[in-house]
Amino acid sequence: MNPLAAFFAALMDLPERPMRWAQQRLSGGRLGWVFVGPNLAIFAIFTFLPIAIDFHYALTGGTQLLPADRPFVGTGNFSSLLACTDYLDANSCTRDLFWHGIWNTLRFVLFQVGLMLVFSLLTAVVLNGKIIGRGFFRAVFFYPVLLSPVVVALIWKWILQREGILNAWLTAAGQPTTNWLLDGSWAFFWSVFVSIWAHMGFYTLILLAGLQAIPAEINEASAMDATPPWRHFRRITLPLLMPSVLVVLVLGLIRAVQMFDEVYVLTGGGPGTATTFIVQYIYKTGFADQVRQYGLAAAASLLLAGVLLVLTLVQLKGMKRG
Amino acid sequence: MFRAPALAAVLLAAGLTAAGISQARAGEIRIACYSDGNECESTAILATRFMKDNPDIKVTMNQMSFKAIQESLPVQLAAGQGPDIVRTTDFGPIARYMLDLTPYLKDAPYWESSYGPVLDWMRTGPTDHGIYGLMTQLTISAPIVNKTLFDQAGVAIPKAGATWDDWAAAVKKVQVATKIPFGMVWDRSGARFAGPALSMGAKFFTPDGTPAVVDDGFKAIASRLMTWSKDGTFDRDLWVAAGGGYRDGFPDFQNGRAAMYLSGSWQLARLDKQIGDAFDWVIGSAPCGPGGCTGMPGGAGFVALKDSKNPADVAKFLDFLAQKPVYAEWMVMTSNVPANVQLQKESLPFKLSPAGTAAMKAFVANAALLSPLSYRLQGAPISRPIFGAMTDRVSQAMSGQMSLDDAYARITSDVADAVAAFKK
Repeated sequence: MNPLAAFFAALMDLPERPMRWAQQRLSGGRLGWVFVGPNLAIFAIFTFLPIAIDFHYALTGGTQLLPADRPFVGTGNFSSLLACTDYLDANSCTRDLFWHGIWNTLRFVLFQVGLMLVFSLLTAVVLNGKIIGRGFFRAVFFYPVLLSPVVVALIWKWILQREGILNAWLTAAGQPTTNWLLDGSWAFFWSVFVSIWAHMGFYTLILLAGLQAIPAEINEASAMDATPPWRHFRRITLPLLMPSVLVVLVLGLIRAVQMFDEVYVLTGGGPGTATTFIVQYIYKTGFADQVRQYGLAAAASLLLAGVLLVLTLVQLKGMKRG
Repeated sequence: MFRAPALAAVLLAAGLTAAGISQARAGEIRIACYSDGNECESTAILATRFMKDNPDIKVTMNQMSFKAIQESLPVQLAAGQGPDIVRTTDFGPIARYMLDLTPYLKDAPYWESSYGPVLDWMRTGPTDHGIYGLMTQLTISAPIVNKTLFDQAGVAIPKAGATWDDWAAAVKKVQVATKIPFGMVWDRSGARFAGPALSMGAKFFTPDGTPAVVDDGFKAIASRLMTWSKDGTFDRDLWVAAGGGYRDGFPDFQNGRAAMYLSGSWQLARLDKQIGDAFDWVIGSAPCGPGGCTGMPGGAGFVALKDSKNPADVAKFLDFLAQKPVYAEWMVMTSNVPANVQLQKESLPFKLSPAGTAAMKAFVANAALLSPLSYRLQGAPISRPIFGAMTDRVSQAMSGQMSLDDAYARITSDVADAVAAFKK
């Protein structure tokens, strides 16, 4: 054995003695805690402690930042957020911006996740087939995933703004121009579109992996039986792809509920509040408004966490069934 | 055996390094600064001279964006990790962290006589007589006019005493004649909205000092703004596009898309450099209404912070900047209207083009028209939430998300909410 290899072997042997000692003294699964301990400590400091602090802020009011200086208000922040005469009309709520955020987020989730699933699936099926330049197209669809959300939003802002590339093309083609980011409906449409464009590649990749995991003999048997393509897709491919679809659905849902960066840079949440989502409300209330209401922001973030928890439980249940 | 002491040494070294980053050393002044034009750069030049005369004091300038200061400073200060001096426009939220320089100043009455009207902006109320910082400029909002477009349209620029309706009619004529997209553009800012509101007779406070934003004067300008935004006189895009916050109207004016731009004196250097001879521009007189012909005063200031380890050095540096000859030199370097009342009466040798020099004179002339209420509003600790509520809600009304009456109700409740949060 050369000296370097011997050195590393000796180095690897170093933990043996203390481990043997620990094994002898810590029986009945207690050794497991030794291994899990450091990770748990990191979790406790960076996850559980912030959650506990978040609860403290949610139950206290005022504009003071230090927890000790904040007066206890009980569930005041939650009841303020949830005070509405008609939940379907954000303008009837005490915290109208919170409810605009809620409804915009729900609409966004519905359109963005639904459309992205459909387009990702179609793209994955096409890219799974024997097409010319398959590798190139796979790279093309995945490329936007590599870009920072801010870069994505800035690129599309240059295209869509009042004097942007799209309007320049329309003008050159003699067509009327539109203020794409100043009309509420158009701004919402482009928020959904840009988000799908940016993230579709990632979900396509998951579905592509799922498609490639389907045993070839099943497809061959189906081909020998002359199963029509649509029937093959509906009865064979889709059921076998369901675990991957479920992963895409849940990851997409969680990402969509948390949407902030791209849309914030693209539209700023406007026009008015047409593209203000719940995370932007939390950011604005806690960190950007002139009067920083940390308690309200914390309460809103806990409500959002509740929604995400439900989505995660649905995923776990779905996976168990799968 | 040697591991524990080694680990302790590493931790100690890391701790000392962190402390070195966050806390000033003896004789060091750390300034968190943002520039409208070249304020930080010119302060750094003056700081170099100050350090030559005071070799035991080191001034460190950390330049950052306005947004970074606005968003991170209150958190830094609450954590006791703030700088010694910060340049900001937003004094209310950091009032409790400000350092009263009075005990450290050799000649506090000089500060009162030279900077009296703006010292109140950093104070918490009428019983507070502390000196907390130095205004780095006095800004005055006023209409900036594209004279070339007015000349092309054959329309006379409204003179002093012209009302907002006169201005709207004039810019509309220019807009139609020259086929530009908008007659006027205003920065998306509560302070910009407040000037016209004051001119239309808005009071903003009840006689006992309680904020009361929506009154007949306020409604008069808000309803006009809605009309102008609907008929295309006003650039509503700028106000409606953003979900919230400040938006700069300068690019629209610079590109000749509007005949009039409601902004302020802090744009002078930019106007002078970036427009150059692309078109002729002049500063108009503040449009009038039943409440007078006022714009809004404002500006940024260097504020001393009480967590400073070197308060005497901080006071010494700010006192150096506040001295009349240094302050005059500073204003010339930055092309700003001086906050020093004596210098306002003098003609400073600004290095501006003839148009810039004329504009500076016009801004100073507009300073004389500022109403006392405009100073009071600017200095009120609650002014920023008032400004934020005004722009956000009026923008929502412009975008068609709510009626103007709903916007009034929301402005009232937003301000009441902010006042309640402040009191908790």
